[in-house]
Amino acid sequence: MTTRKLSVRNNQSWELDRLSVLDEETFRKRVIEEVRSGGRIANLFGLLEETGDVRIFALIGQDEQSKLSLFSFRVSQGAPFFRSLTPELPQAHWFEREIAEQYSIKPEGHPWLKPIRYHKNYRNAPGLWPESDGKTAPGRNDFFKAGGEEIHEVAVGPVHAGIIEPGHFRFSCHGEKILNLEIQLGYQHRGVEKMMQEVPAVRRALLAESIAGDTVIGHAMAYCSAMESLSACRISPRAEALRFVALELERLANHAGDLASLGADIGFLPTAAYFGRLRGEFLNLLMELTGNRYGRSFLRPGGVLFDMDAKMIDAFKHRLREAKEEMRDVSNLFFEQPSVLSRLENVGVISAESVRELGFVGVAARASGCARDVRMDYAHGMYRFHQVPISLANSGDVYSRAMIRWLESQRSIDVLLELFERMPKGDLMAALGPLKERYMTVSMVEGWRGEIIHTVITGPDSQIARYKVKDPSFNNWFALSEAVRGGQISDFPLCNKSFNLSYAGHDL
Amino acid sequence: MWGILKNRFKQGYRTCRYPEEKPVLPERFRGRPVLKNIQASPDGMDPSKDATNALSLKNSLEVDAGKLLFNEDILHAMPPGSLAYSTDYRMAVSKREDLILKENEIKLASALGQKMKKLFGRSLKLREVCAGSCNGCDLEIQALGNVVFDLSRFGIQFVASPRHADGLMITGPVTKNMELALMKTYEAVPEPKIVIAVGACAISGGPFYGSPEVKDGVDGLIPVDLYVPGCPPHPFTILDGLLRLLGRLEDNGS
Repeated sequence: MTTRKLSVRNNQSWELDRLSVLDEETFRKRVIEEVRSGGRIANLFGLLEETGDVRIFALIGQDEQSKLSLFSFRVSQGAPFFRSLTPELPQAHWFEREIAEQYSIKPEGHPWLKPIRYHKNYRNAPGLWPESDGKTAPGRNDFFKAGGEEIHEVAVGPVHAGIIEPGHFRFSCHGEKILNLEIQLGYQHRGVEKMMQEVPAVRRALLAESIAGDTVIGHAMAYCSAMESLSACRISPRAEALRFVALELERLANHAGDLASLGADIGFLPTAAYFGRLRGEFLNLLMELTGNRYGRSFLRPGGVLFDMDAKMIDAFKHRLREAKEEMRDVSNLFFEQPSVLSRLENVGVISAESVRELGFVGVAARASGCARDVRMDYAHGMYRFHQVPISLANSGDVYSRAMIRWLESQRSIDVLLELFERMPKGDLMAALGPLKERYMTVSMVEGWRGEIIHTVITGPDSQIARYKVKDPSFNNWFALSEAVRGGQISDFPLCNKSFNLSYAGHDL
Repeated sequence: MWGILKNRFKQGYRTCRYPEEKPVLPERFRGRPVLKNIQASPDGMDPSKDATNALSLKNSLEVDAGKLLFNEDILHAMPPGSLAYSTDYRMAVSKREDLILKENEIKLASALGQKMKKLFGRSLKLREVCAGSCNGCDLEIQALGNVVFDLSRFGIQFVASPRHADGLMITGPVTKNMELALMKTYEAVPEPKIVIAVGACAISGGPFYGSPEVKDGVDGLIPVDLYVPGCPPHPFTILDGLLRLLGRLEDNGS
């Protein structure tokens, strides 16, 4: 048996047999080594094999080299457990809870093993948590408790005060001070991963667009790239460019929207109103292009469905220049007010060390000085030709996360204007062949929140045997718990908005 | 201070003139579907392009706007030109069956009865419950509160507690994990109450229909007074539905 490591790039596909099955000890050793030498766990997930065994895959991102190392081992159905990686690599904790829930396999030694979504396991084996097995409402297991006479708990959700998605937040507090926040999600679980394996291709694209409604383009792009890579389809530069336009417009809309919500949360209403309207401007541009404010029905495997003519490009250029000026005015108004700064600075701090230890991604990582951005690290499509410089901030607080959004908005507009000067030519759609059999691919996209990864494995009949979705929210929900620890409970909404994570993207 | 005033002056007045002025949506906008060749035969149909079974061929072609995801793919399920989208955003109806479009007529939502209209006509407080949506519909409901749509000028507001609400606005296919929370929230709203289902998921399960993890929408769990189709519906579609429900729009949608 060869134990040579398999190194892959973003959007590459390879025969599944090229990846050797290590024994558990070797797998463990190699993964720990790889992470300690500068890597991070990009994905850790299982595949239910025809024999009933479960194969575990670890994708370790080596960001500096633009490569991912891949390792795998097998857990036999007769012995459904393995030694948890979490005590050595805390960033594995959420992935291992997911594996435990999806396959009823116990990561032994995991410090806080609980279901994350509350659903039946894929093996139809007895669940690991008899007290909640077969019950539907999440949150039945015990929450982490702080002891002491003056400690009180605050329970929030699943139905919150605002117009937002459901989730349960359990705070342990001493007076106003948060000692611990435990987040229990799963209310939004719709069974997306399983459906992606079972439904026909037309419906798969629609499901991919509905993983997280604010990241339609991001997830659709990851889905389409995965399908294209598995069928060796090359899309035209024109289609690449149009996808780039849509992804950056999505980023702009969401960044403006997040700045608006931060304005609203600290009670600085003029900026809430102006940023809120600007968000609408970007959504309306997406609607001009795609017919839908969130960009649905634009990306399909093989390319895109709509083009931009010269007139539309001119109109977009004009409107983006206008939006840039307005973004600048409103951002100056926002970031220059001492009262705004005093509410944002030193609130909800995440250290760079936490980012590295716990594996946070996207805006949250960059706000703590960690240069993680798929657009640079694993550049794909048009990002190979139009580089978007990574925006960084250092303090890791709400201010930094807000600032990153403003910096990235400027860069997105600049790079779009640059692209519009020279839009490449080509067909909108390329033909897509059948998916290769017993192949595997990984597709990474820097969505507006952070790193999206779709990993797909096909079976002997070209059917999809495993469709693994990882939204950046999956990495980052724990960052929110970290950010509020030791803070004031009244700062929680502000911290929450500064991450603005997806419940649906996590719950799948 | 000067900065605030300068910005305020520059921003100007941005609220749309709706409903006095009708909004104009871009050419590519996918609004209410239009059936062009009603006498389509089953030979020309390709059901594999119709992911949510929105089309059916009985005596004539029917499209269920409650199942429709307003996507491009479905246009290829029919012979070219027989199904298209108009830019008409008005689609909200009072009864589930009114969403099934046969000929190009739509029975838009009718106003609440006299008593309910008297209670809610000038002031309606809603509690929003997201029951497994992707967040798309919720974002459009949120957008109703921005300066462009400015929902509160119509006397409609979203409140934090179901006990302060006159009704619920529900999104999502109702996941099994949210069913209990949804029912409890519904029970907490004082009578009389109204229920509004927003988006394909809340009406029929949307792209998630048939998943063992969802209930395929609100119907069958609690009675619905207003159905707003779309994936997600445009804020104007929701606003149009709300104003019709309150008897504040008189046109019949033709």
